Amino acid sequence: MTLIKGSDITLGYEGQGILSGLSFSVNDGDYLCIVGENGSGKSTFIKTVLGLVEPIKGKIEYCGGLKKNEIGYLPQISGIQRDFPSSVMEVVLSGCLNRHRGFFYTAGEKRKAREQLVRLGMEDRISSSFQELSGGQHQRVLLARALMATEKLLFLDEPVSGLDPKTTSELYEMLRELNGAGITLMMVTHDIHPALNDARTILHFSHSGYFFGTKEEYFNSEPGKEFMKEAGHDN
Amino acid sequence: MITEIFSYPFLVRAMLIGLFVSVSASLLGVSLVLRRFSMIGDGLSHVGFGALGVSALLSLQPMVVTIPVVVASAFILLHFSEKKKSGDSSIALLSSSALAIGVIAVSVAGINTDLNAFLFGSILSVSRSDGYIAAAVSAVTLFSYLFFYHQIYATTFDSTFAKATGINTGRYTALLSLLTALVIVVGMRILGSLLISSLIIFPASIAMKTQKTYLSVSILAAAEAVIAFILGFFASYLFSLPTGASIVAVHMLFYVASIIIREARIALVGE
Ligand SMILES: Nc1ncnc2c1ncn2[C@@H]1O[C@H](COP(=O)(O)OP(=O)(O)OP(=O)(O)O)[C@@H](O)[C@H]1O
Ligand SMILES: [Mg+2]
Repeated sequence: MTLIKGSDITLGYEGQGILSGLSFSVNDGDYLCIVGENGSGKSTFIKTVLGLVEPIKGKIEYCGGLKKNEIGYLPQISGIQRDFPSSVMEVVLSGCLNRHRGFFYTAGEKRKAREQLVRLGMEDRISSSFQELSGGQHQRVLLARALMATEKLLFLDEPVSGLDPKTTSELYEMLRELNGAGITLMMVTHDIHPALNDARTILHFSHSGYFFGTKEEYFNSEPGKEFMKEAGHDN
Repeated sequence: MITEIFSYPFLVRAMLIGLFVSVSASLLGVSLVLRRFSMIGDGLSHVGFGALGVSALLSLQPMVVTIPVVVASAFILLHFSEKKKSGDSSIALLSSSALAIGVIAVSVAGINTDLNAFLFGSILSVSRSDGYIAAAVSAVTLFSYLFFYHQIYATTFDSTFAKATGINTGRYTALLSLLTALVIVVGMRILGSLLISSLIIFPASIAMKTQKTYLSVSILAAAEAVIAFILGFFASYLFSLPTGASIVAVHMLFYVASIIIREARIALVGE
């Protein structure tokens, strides 16, 4: 079943196109990796699919009953102010606000928030202030918030930036589990490992065009071979 | 002295209205200050002054003119600050233009107009009907703020994430601008257009100096607003000082105290 599709889309900002003629579709249960050089439009693509940026041409369609409030999102750069007074728990709980009803967060929602933080190794920081965390700890809290928001689909824009190697491999493991449990993943990454090991579909952007296809097709194509070589996997 | 105040119905009324408006303004202020929108409160109060002047000139009911004009300006200003980051200059342009229009209107309207009350408020002359409007506006503000507390938090903290995950951030920003405009209009009667924005900016700024969670900032801001209002109100009665200015002076003292507390804490704990 298709969840998201778009055909002949032009991505860009304020009439300035970045990429045109883009057609793609994301199926239920897919694991899509979005790769490509800096400035090629990966983040713009994600923001367009999320409805944060209007496509210059074409329309992104949500199908199969996918609703906005079933989507989790980890931005590449968040606009959060460094001095914003907020506890870690307040941040993570705000993730489930999209499906929340009523005034108080339920015991179940609080338990889930705590679980996400424990999974990401932040159990001793649950009642800390968000301002006082390190860069990698910020990233983990925002990941926990994204997981809280996720019901069907999770968008991750370079989730491992700032994470240490151990947390990175734990995150990939966690994503594998989530995908196994039926969550659809769309992840922007410069790391070849998840693309090579876990992804089902690859969307590759470059300044001259794009490639969209299964992982097998991709790694047999020119851009895929190029990526392998650059990542030192060309043996 | 306290029993003396409570024996005058108009003083009791003034005090209740002032408390209501102070708490509403302080809660809105938390979100406005954190979104770097605090200058909007200042700009809107000047627009309110301009509208008051025009209503005096045309001998219209003040609220009939000020409410729609200030609400419309609030939407325009918030829209500009969201879209472009050049919100600063558009606020400054709007507020000085509105001030100019107000001053011209007042001078044409002649000596019957109490310029002083427009600029510095006249809490003791608040009429019964103004009192009802102020109470209703404050009640709506408090209720909406509490009811949408989490949504307002999410929109303030990270509106991009909130929007991406299906929260209608436009609606909550619009709500915030509407409530801000209304609180400024009713608050202008008390503190005047020159001082009303302090009710919005001081409590949140003071609370942020020492508190580290959104909830505790909100609670402390509301509490500070209540205490500063009561102290300022009594001080003005006791020493025959202008009410609005006394309240702002108390806020200022609390602000200085909060800086001292924070610095002392850093020095002691080495946080
Ligand atoms: N808000 C914006 N307004 C105008 N142009 C933008 C904006 N954000 C990005 N761009 C431009 O759009 C192009 C694509 O940017 P995008 O952020 O999508 O790249 P990316 O593939 O995510 O790169 P990276 O790997 O560095 O994250 C870039 O040339 C950038 O300059
Ligand atoms: Mg990017």
